[in-house]
Amino acid sequence: MTEAPLLAVSDLTIGLRPQDGPSTPVVDKVSFTLDAGASIGIAGESGSGKSTLLLALMGVVRPGLQHVSGQVDFAGAPLLGRPDEALLGLRGGRLALIPQNAATAMTPTLRIGAQIDESLRLHSTLGTKERAIRVQELLTRVQLPSPAAMARRYPHELSGGQVQRAAIAMALAGDPAVLLMDEPTTGLDVTTQLSLLQLMGDLQRDAGTAIVCVSHDIGVLAKLCQRVMVMYSGALIEVGPTATVLSRPAHRYSRALLASLPRLSQPGLPQSIPGRPPTLIAQPTGCRFAPRCAFADTTCQTRMPALRTAAPDQQVACFHPADGPLETAPDPGARLLSDQSTTVLQAQDLSVSYGQPRGLNLFLRLGTPTRVVEDVSFHLQRGEILGLVGESGSGKSTILRAIAGIHPRSGGAISLAPKGQAIILLDSQMSRRPLPQLRTIQMVFQNPESSLNPRHTILEILAQPLRLYGNLHGTALRQRAADLLADVRLDRDYLDRFPSQLSGGERQRVAIARAFAADPEVLLCDEITTALDVSVQAAVLKLVHDLAHERAVATVFVSHDLAVVRAIADRIAVLSQGKIVEIGPAAEICLRPSQAYTRRLLSAVLEPGIAAE
Amino acid sequence: MLGMVLERIGLAAFTMALIAVVCFAGLQLMPGDACTVHLGRGASDTALATCRSRMGLDQPAMTRFVAWADRLAHGDLGVSAQRGKPIGEIVGWRLRNTLILAVMAAAMGIPLALFLGVASGLSRDGPVDIAISTIAIFGMTVPEFISGTLMILIFSVTLNWATGVVLAGYRAPVMELVRASILPSATLTFILAAHILRMVRASIIEVLQSEFVLMARLKGVPRRQIIWRHVVPNALLPAISVIGLTAAWLLGGVVIVESVFNYPGLGRLAVDAVADQDLPLVQAIALLFGIIYVAVNLGSDLLAMALNPRLRTLRG
Amino acid sequence: MKGLASGLAVIRAVLGQPSGLIGAVIFFGHVAIALLAPYIVPYDPALQDVAAMMQGPSALHWFGTDRLGRDMFSRTLLGGREAMLISTLSTIAAMVWGSALGITLAQVGGRTDALVMRAVDAMMSIPWILLVMLFVAVLGTGTASLIPVLGFSYGLSVVYLARAATLDFVARDFVLAAQARGQSRWTIVSRELFPNVRDSLAVQGAMQWSWIFLAVSSLSFLGMGVAPPTPDWGQMISDARGIMQLAPWALIWPMAALSSMVIGMNLLVDAWAKTIGVDRTRRIPEA
Repeated sequence: MTEAPLLAVSDLTIGLRPQDGPSTPVVDKVSFTLDAGASIGIAGESGSGKSTLLLALMGVVRPGLQHVSGQVDFAGAPLLGRPDEALLGLRGGRLALIPQNAATAMTPTLRIGAQIDESLRLHSTLGTKERAIRVQELLTRVQLPSPAAMARRYPHELSGGQVQRAAIAMALAGDPAVLLMDEPTTGLDVTTQLSLLQLMGDLQRDAGTAIVCVSHDIGVLAKLCQRVMVMYSGALIEVGPTATVLSRPAHRYSRALLASLPRLSQPGLPQSIPGRPPTLIAQPTGCRFAPRCAFADTTCQTRMPALRTAAPDQQVACFHPADGPLETAPDPGARLLSDQSTTVLQAQDLSVSYGQPRGLNLFLRLGTPTRVVEDVSFHLQRGEILGLVGESGSGKSTILRAIAGIHPRSGGAISLAPKGQAIILLDSQMSRRPLPQLRTIQMVFQNPESSLNPRHTILEILAQPLRLYGNLHGTALRQRAADLLADVRLDRDYLDRFPSQLSGGERQRVAIARAFAADPEVLLCDEITTALDVSVQAAVLKLVHDLAHERAVATVFVSHDLAVVRAIADRIAVLSQGKIVEIGPAAEICLRPSQAYTRRLLSAVLEPGIAAE
Repeated sequence: MLGMVLERIGLAAFTMALIAVVCFAGLQLMPGDACTVHLGRGASDTALATCRSRMGLDQPAMTRFVAWADRLAHGDLGVSAQRGKPIGEIVGWRLRNTLILAVMAAAMGIPLALFLGVASGLSRDGPVDIAISTIAIFGMTVPEFISGTLMILIFSVTLNWATGVVLAGYRAPVMELVRASILPSATLTFILAAHILRMVRASIIEVLQSEFVLMARLKGVPRRQIIWRHVVPNALLPAISVIGLTAAWLLGGVVIVESVFNYPGLGRLAVDAVADQDLPLVQAIALLFGIIYVAVNLGSDLLAMALNPRLRTLRG
Repeated sequence: MKGLASGLAVIRAVLGQPSGLIGAVIFFGHVAIALLAPYIVPYDPALQDVAAMMQGPSALHWFGTDRLGRDMFSRTLLGGREAMLISTLSTIAAMVWGSALGITLAQVGGRTDALVMRAVDAMMSIPWILLVMLFVAVLGTGTASLIPVLGFSYGLSVVYLARAATLDFVARDFVLAAQARGQSRWTIVSRELFPNVRDSLAVQGAMQWSWIFLAVSSLSFLGMGVAPPTPDWGQMISDARGIMQLAPWALIWPMAALSSMVIGMNLLVDAWAKTIGVDRTRRIPEA
């Protein structure tokens, strides 16, 4: 019991390389220890410093940042401030990292086998033949099919899940005592994610490897880690056993963060956290969370709280920690009042094909287009939110694009019944639809970075539909734009800013405001919260939910995340390989699914607080 | 893979055909033809008519194009307006001479550029990089006729190391031309290397910042091995096509360098042909240069496909 | 007001870099000399003085005289004017037609785009100097024929660049959103696309200017550009090559003037491109 910890971080501070003046901390006075065989998770939203911390555990500080103070010790030896040559034997050997995105972290010109072999050559005494055998063993161990063939492939020839497994095999080659993981499953489908997490859990149990895992997804940490640490703006604000932190979080931020997670088991909208996280340029002097905290007083604003014991084995950096179990009273949101029974949009036997034969194949008439959506039928009622869920390649976004006419359909019909008008059959292509029809259907895209013109001010962005559909100009236009911003809870000074001056959540609100500027009857939302942090996601979900219900705008909400869809949608359609597997009321689908595929998808959702053991 | 190679070759053939059309049709759109150029502005109508019927210019454009293209396909480039000899005969030797010059420049310039580019990129903003980049700026901005003239001034007039002006005739033996083309090819090498090394440097810097180089470092790969196994191949392989493109594009410089050094190649012939107002000859030389350009490009693209696994194993 | 303020900020940032400052001083120095030269030169640049051939620098002839006894100082000061005028007009022509066609092609796409680009490809396969020589052979030399010829030849690469720059944005969702909204094609090009490619086109325009300037000088060197008696650096260098041992000053001055001009221009454009965030190194495409 008196044995020294395997990995010890003491008072570690890493800061931006200052232009002039003192360095702003990105990781701020972090201390913790990790024992052999233990597992610890680091939770935090983007900009919390969690990835910088993880890299520092390997003794690496990215260019642009600098090691200010403190140290990381591995088995008693310091890592930071030492030249790379001194750490060669350690890195990739007893201390290995699984990268966030293996597709970009594997060298493109080397075969998978050669890259694993390189690790073996550096960290073992095996001969050439033994190494070849070991490569096969490692690939088998990470459950890749036909390991011999895999070893000969290049990274770009593997799928996302496969290349992630190969990266795990590479990390295991050095027989590590500590495995560091940076968002190891981000970007993968839920079922792939689940099997990878199971694999990593097994490896840890079998080999007794210690794990440090960084993720924004608390569900992933709950599945993998015994202990969890929460980071906010560079500082550790809460540390404790996973089950305790998830069920009885003490820090006000941890509580708010957990309450902002949408959960399958609960109907209604998750709670959002007001305000925006501090930027590195403008950090508050006291507690970093104070400006967003309902419990903050003058002490919080002037002094930075230190970690102290709140409960046995649980530490928290808060002057007013909470006591008791987490309450996740969900917000029911705005009710839909009027005429719910009228159908606005109807899709009948909708089919979409991708892939026209190109180049030489056009001459040789090779290759037939693949159908990505097949005979899909559904209807949409006024003010209703229909959730479309499915894994990547299920055709969910394609359906949206076919409704908007961005991608022409290859079969079936889409009809629209605008208020007080007869039913219209929509043309397959948007370029052939008249302006009033285009106005009726508005779309919000996944990534506001791409959907807002970087050279336009917010006013100019909102003015485009207002001029086109409403023929507004001058002060009337400015007033209407300001009203729209107010609808999405943004101040009117934002009118003269550029998108680059806004945070991700604020940009998505502008995109939503632009859609509502057209006064639409159908709103199409394509993974609109995927690029956002959970606490910001909750606010955007509430906004779309309430606007759709208050204004009776029928909404199709596409997402890969079942819990998100459960939170916002009235009805859910589950898609797989271009077909609707099941469609019905949200609660029905989530609690009593009738199809095996839906059940499989539901069981792959990582729900913190349920999966934690 | 085979499909991609065939597609690339087909594209090159198509582009070559288009160049022929451009060379032909471009002149059709101009006021004047080979006879007005040849005989001058004051020529009488009867003289023009005789000239036109002798050269077949009185035929409709489409007929002439078909006939011209047909002869072209059989390797017949037509007859020079001024020299009265078949163009193939005039051009043949000089094409050889130009290729000697171009191949020498490429053989020296490309390896030099790769070496300097890698060295420069690896020591980014260090003294080596600053020295190389500064010299490269001169190579990229100062025109061929100035760097060539400076070469003569320094190495021939002042130091007397090499002959400045080439005296060899166009039928001189290969070895004599190789000796004569030391300064001209050095001029081309300088310019070629400057352009390519800048791209190689940028590519090295980009790869050094990639995730997979960080990952190699985190795997405990020693720096030397990171550079040779992970950085250099990934920086150079995607650059092959662009290097080919740049090398081919700089062929234009041959025309000027040949004139500076009085080298008996195609480029100087083209300048003479313009001065002599020999339109069919200029046309034929432009066509030849276009075809060389496309061929060099095709070659470098195929080489890139053969060496780069990401291109080689691309499906579809 | 806002545009003016940000413009001043860019100028300040460019001049704040050593290379930007040096480049600006050299380049604008050349421009100022070119504009003022007719009022300050001591001699008629074409005046031949048989009594003073190939004289070294003296109080009478600061830069010496050439093989015909013409004053090198006057000729050097005046020698950039015609080429600068031709470059400016050709650049405007090249940028206008090249970017209009390039942006349109990127937006139209499909078969039209593929076909036109093949034709552009074919014309760009012929080295610029031969393409220009082909035209010059028919149209003759001189300023009047050089401007359309260079404007056309150099516009080809502008088509390429404008199309590539636009394609980076055509795939963005904001263009898709504008189409889905029902905006006209003209609105999409002028309001959504053009503001995003404006900066890289401006940098390209500056580069085009210096390339065309070199092209004019090279053509003059070959005897196909600026015709005597108008003095021109390229023509002067060609002229003085035969006497480089006897009168090196006749060669050195125009070479120094021409080289400093293009190097200054490059330093300035580099600093400017860096300031406004335009990547000038030719991109190695993701393979």
